[in-house]
Amino acid sequence: MSAVKKTNPALIVGKYAALAFYLIFALFPLYWLLKIGLTPDALIYSEGTRLFPSEITFSNFTTVIFQTDFVAYFRNSLMVSLGAAFFTTLFAAGAGYAFSRFVFAGKRIIIALMLVTQMFPLLMIIAPIYKVVADLGLLNSLTSLVVVYTAFNIPFATFLMQSFFDGIPKDLEDAAMMDGCSRFQALRKVVFPLTLPGLGATLGFVFTAAWSELLFALMLISRNDAMTFPVGLLTFVSKFSVDWGQMMAAGVLALIPSCLFFIFIQRYLVQGLTSGAVKG
Amino acid sequence: MISRTQKSVRPGETRARRSLYLQYMVEPFFYLSPAIILIGAVVMLPLIIGISYSFQSIELLKPFAYGWIGFKNYVDLWSDRKFWIAMENTLFWTFWSITFQFLLGLGLAMLLNTQFFGKKLFQALVFLPWAVPTFLSALTWAWLFNPVIGPLPHWLAALGILSEPYNILGDPKLAMWGPITANIWFGVPFFAITLLAALQSIPGELYEAAEVDGATPWQTFTKITLPFLAPMIAITVMLRTIWIANFADLIYVMTGGGPANSTQILSTYIFTTAFRKLDFGYASTVAVALLVILLICAVILLWLRKKLVKI
Repeated sequence: MSAVKKTNPALIVGKYAALAFYLIFALFPLYWLLKIGLTPDALIYSEGTRLFPSEITFSNFTTVIFQTDFVAYFRNSLMVSLGAAFFTTLFAAGAGYAFSRFVFAGKRIIIALMLVTQMFPLLMIIAPIYKVVADLGLLNSLTSLVVVYTAFNIPFATFLMQSFFDGIPKDLEDAAMMDGCSRFQALRKVVFPLTLPGLGATLGFVFTAAWSELLFALMLISRNDAMTFPVGLLTFVSKFSVDWGQMMAAGVLALIPSCLFFIFIQRYLVQGLTSGAVKG
Repeated sequence: MISRTQKSVRPGETRARRSLYLQYMVEPFFYLSPAIILIGAVVMLPLIIGISYSFQSIELLKPFAYGWIGFKNYVDLWSDRKFWIAMENTLFWTFWSITFQFLLGLGLAMLLNTQFFGKKLFQALVFLPWAVPTFLSALTWAWLFNPVIGPLPHWLAALGILSEPYNILGDPKLAMWGPITANIWFGVPFFAITLLAALQSIPGELYEAAEVDGATPWQTFTKITLPFLAPMIAITVMLRTIWIANFADLIYVMTGGGPANSTQILSTYIFTTAFRKLDFGYASTVAVALLVILLICAVILLWLRKKLVKI
């Protein structure tokens, strides 16, 4: 659009009002979470709807961290999410590379199957997975969660990786292979370094997805010491359903890892979200 | 790829041909197999097992009643009032969530497509809800709707929408709007991001031409922006419809399907049947029903994709 343009003042005001609306809508719930977390217990009811607490305290945070199983949940979730992110990215990179660089029999069918797995309700397989995992004696183990999350996230991650590989000129590999590299060597020495940002983005996506998965974790994990963060927080909520300050403090703490990853992957959001929809 | 496949193989070079064959038929599967095996074992196989469950009686609480029962679960489903309520709720939940997410997302995308001070920061902050884990969004909104701790009931009462500040999550008539609000909050960034990408791909010359020809902003919007966005809108809305219809976390955490099943959608019904009642047979039956509905959606989506995206 042209830079110099007659602008209607009403439009400008409207625009900034709209911007403010979106900003408040997006941030207010998170602000409220933080506010209750910081409000001393004594003031929670008397200042219920005040926008700013008259006093703040960090005692809710310290209690949550030091006197509950919170740290254990956090560690479990971290292990599951990192494990799932690592394996998903590894396998999805392979599959994405195959989709990007080869024409082969059955490619369309495999892509279609992967798209279908993205669409059908994963809850549908919660009962069979529970039975299989139970029969294998893997209930309450973090391994089962890593395996399940890895499988669930591979299709999306594959399309994402494929779009990254598509962005790397094929000539580079061809040149390396012309010079005597095998395809695998070319992959390792030429393509891999170029696709590092893509790998990072995929890691981030899978990590956030695994970090917030609740229902399968709820089904497969019942022992307190194996609980992941969402499950732990839910039991925390039902167990201490009166301690609002602590619950919200726990919520704020749960936000930290996903926000960190979010900042990290934001550049790739568009690519990631659109690649699954339009490529293939 | 092209340069290699086009390399002509002279007759008699059978070994070369065989190695080419190997290279193109076998090598891709070397890269693909871990992904395929895992998806097959963890998603596809359980899917088949799950469909077979729907013809069996598998209630963990009644281990002596195990066995094949033919279509009994489906017959029960047909006369299960809860199932039809859940079906209706799924439509209500999906329709209103999508509508608001789309409209607000489109508005946000159009705002982000203009220039203003502090845009980068604004964008990062407005997209933040997308980063919040779903269970946490659900808890946050459940707390906001709680009159003891949250301001929303008091504000709604002050505006005259509620007669007194009470928790709408406990009111069968209004409860569904709680999770819908949370879903809108959570989903707007997704629509904004995808639509923004589509907006940025519209050639700027078109707008300049429209301006020269004296088009009003509304005309520019309906005659240029919307037609260009249409394929992206169709695909995103379809994908999102399927995704939201499946999306049980928010409702499960906020209301657990209650009060009186007023927020029970099909996917939460599957989960509560499996998780609370441990009736795996019937849960799988509901799941198959949901799968059939979604498959129809998916077929439409794939058809649309083919029609609209020419890459």
